[in-house]
Amino acid sequence: MRTLRFLVRKEFLQIFRDRFMVAQMLLMPIIQLLLLSSAATFEVKTAAMYVVDRDHSETSRGLVDRLQASRRFMVVGASASTEPGNEMMLARKVGVILSIPADFERDIVRTRSGSVQLIINAEDGAAAGVTQSYAAQIIAAYANELGAQLTPLVRATPPIQVHARGWYNPELNYRDYMVPGILVQLVTVIGTLMTAMNIVREKELGTLDQLSVTPLSQSVFMAAKLIPFWVIALVELTLGLLVARFVFHIPMLGSITLVYFAAAVYLFAALGVGLFISTLVETQQQAMFVTFFIIMVYLLMSGLFTPVRSMPEWAQWMAQLNPVKHFIAIMRSILLKGAGPADVAAPIGVLGVFGVVFLTLAVRQYGRRIG
Amino acid sequence: MNINALRAFVIKEFHHILRDRQTLTILLLMPLVQVVLFGFALRSDVRDIRLAVVDPMPDHATMDLRARFVGSARFRIVEVFKTPDAIEPLFRRGSADVALVFEPGFANDLESTEPAHLLVAIDASDPNTGTTYLNYTRAVIQAYQSELNARSNQVRIATQTRMRFNPTLESVNLFVPGLIALVLVLVSALMTAISLSREKERGTMEVLLVSPLRPQQIIVGKVLPYLVLAFANVLTALLAAWAIFHVPFRGSIALLLSESILYTLVSLALGVLVAARTSSQRAAMLTALLATMLPSALLSGMIFPVASMPGWLQPVTNIVPAKWFIVIARGIMLKGVGLAILWRETLILSAMALLLLAAAMRSFKPRLD
Repeated sequence: MRTLRFLVRKEFLQIFRDRFMVAQMLLMPIIQLLLLSSAATFEVKTAAMYVVDRDHSETSRGLVDRLQASRRFMVVGASASTEPGNEMMLARKVGVILSIPADFERDIVRTRSGSVQLIINAEDGAAAGVTQSYAAQIIAAYANELGAQLTPLVRATPPIQVHARGWYNPELNYRDYMVPGILVQLVTVIGTLMTAMNIVREKELGTLDQLSVTPLSQSVFMAAKLIPFWVIALVELTLGLLVARFVFHIPMLGSITLVYFAAAVYLFAALGVGLFISTLVETQQQAMFVTFFIIMVYLLMSGLFTPVRSMPEWAQWMAQLNPVKHFIAIMRSILLKGAGPADVAAPIGVLGVFGVVFLTLAVRQYGRRIG
Repeated sequence: MNINALRAFVIKEFHHILRDRQTLTILLLMPLVQVVLFGFALRSDVRDIRLAVVDPMPDHATMDLRARFVGSARFRIVEVFKTPDAIEPLFRRGSADVALVFEPGFANDLESTEPAHLLVAIDASDPNTGTTYLNYTRAVIQAYQSELNARSNQVRIATQTRMRFNPTLESVNLFVPGLIALVLVLVSALMTAISLSREKERGTMEVLLVSPLRPQQIIVGKVLPYLVLAFANVLTALLAAWAIFHVPFRGSIALLLSESILYTLVSLALGVLVAARTSSQRAAMLTALLATMLPSALLSGMIFPVASMPGWLQPVTNIVPAKWFIVIARGIMLKGVGLAILWRETLILSAMALLLLAAAMRSFKPRLD
């Protein structure tokens, strides 16, 4: 036990000696949290619209007015031909082209039905779908309005009124959802990468061989490598939670103790992966690349950016093996939904299993090397 | 100036890279694996929406609307209840995404002059998918409504929508340019950062500095092999995108490849700058990682459109090289445009490359502290 204490102290001294590293580890995540948490949204603010109005009637102008009045669309150009609009779309100056055919008004008055064409720049994927649905709603409302004007005797209100309510996040605040996830990601990057680099560095410098002839047991050595980063990661989590609470005012419905308990368990898994990589490779360069690869897979397949449920089935199974996915789900349900210990017991258990497996593997692998 | 020395140095660097088979394998395979893996797995579209229905008094109208949800291919009714209380536990367990709550007498309301009310509750804990759920739900109701309108002789405006450049909104078409940007910045920025700082850490930098090589030549010698390696990565990634995912290549491949080289240069210069400013491999790596990975994934428009970001954040994205490369790559691949339209982005990337290289050369001191 005494040896362990000395070793841990030595590790801490070694980490804190490099002021630059300490600043990096503690400041960068905060900056990233501030910057990145606002970025992750598919919200469509105002789409630049080009209007090709071949009808030039009161009705066609009315439609353009309604679209503009919604503030979702802003007319940036208009003409009687599609060509300039096309050019502008290629240059990303226009997101939507609305094309109204000649005789639009006449058709509506005579046959009660008209048609318009909407060309949406789908280069940004999800945003295009959102734009489309806004336009469809506005156009449908306008059709109702026209109907009321043309035949005042028929009802003026749309027959079905839809009342929408978003649960758990009624204002659809993207930040509330992203901050817990990004927090997990930052803790993971620092924790896994730093542990992965640590032992391999001793290998590269040759000090590992010196250590292996001292009367240290494998597990004490591993523990001494693990504990400092475990503590640092928890400190980092605390900083992140403070930013989340006081800068972003993220609702924290559940118990913070539970968050820390889950984090403590999770970090064994995250650091265990790092340690395992560290024992496996020979140079820091290799350690870094393997870690990057793993972190990138973790990151992109964790449900942080794209929902796990949208993935193909095999990828969803793979995601089950991803500790980051579980911890993000835990953080989100504790902080946003107020989940209690019973709700998150299962995923925390899974994380515990990951931790035990990775740490055992790491100690084994390290032992094999000495042997 | 000694061109022979430079050549020898570049050859030595190539030997260094080729000797370490393990790293080389990782470097060559990683981008390929990532493009394939993420190409299949990353989707921002929503397919299977689980719908819970609360229908206290089923009548022909509610049955009609329910049938439309079932028929829409996107929705699947998981349960039907009589009272709304049952929704809450369902949402909490995460076994439903949307709940459709009818009022009693829905059919009667539809025929009277009073509007019929319909409550749509969505699990919005993920606001992005929550919004999508709501939009799809609205679309189904709207289609039903406009059919009712047609029957009652109301006005109908049919909207014919065309999703240009990516008609099926296929996620992989959008992600491949982003993935290439991400992989390139990782490989090039990190590799150079590490390779230079390793020489520092091992003390071999001193040897290099007293050699007849100039500091600029040292940088060129370090950068050149990785430029070749990164180019090989671009080729494999594009090949995978084309052969496996049938991502369209509407524009000029030559232009795309030249732009990739330009972008790789920016990333390499970034790596040199990081190495010049840090003292150990660890510090170089961490800096390079934090400066490239998350910003290139989040602030580049790869997944989340820049136009959706808050106003203060949008200018910040301008300093992320990946953002410009993604605009260029999507422009060439999906829209088939050329330099006539992409000259501005190309100019910005070139300026970034020059600035970063100049900054890197300046920070790269020809003597040790």
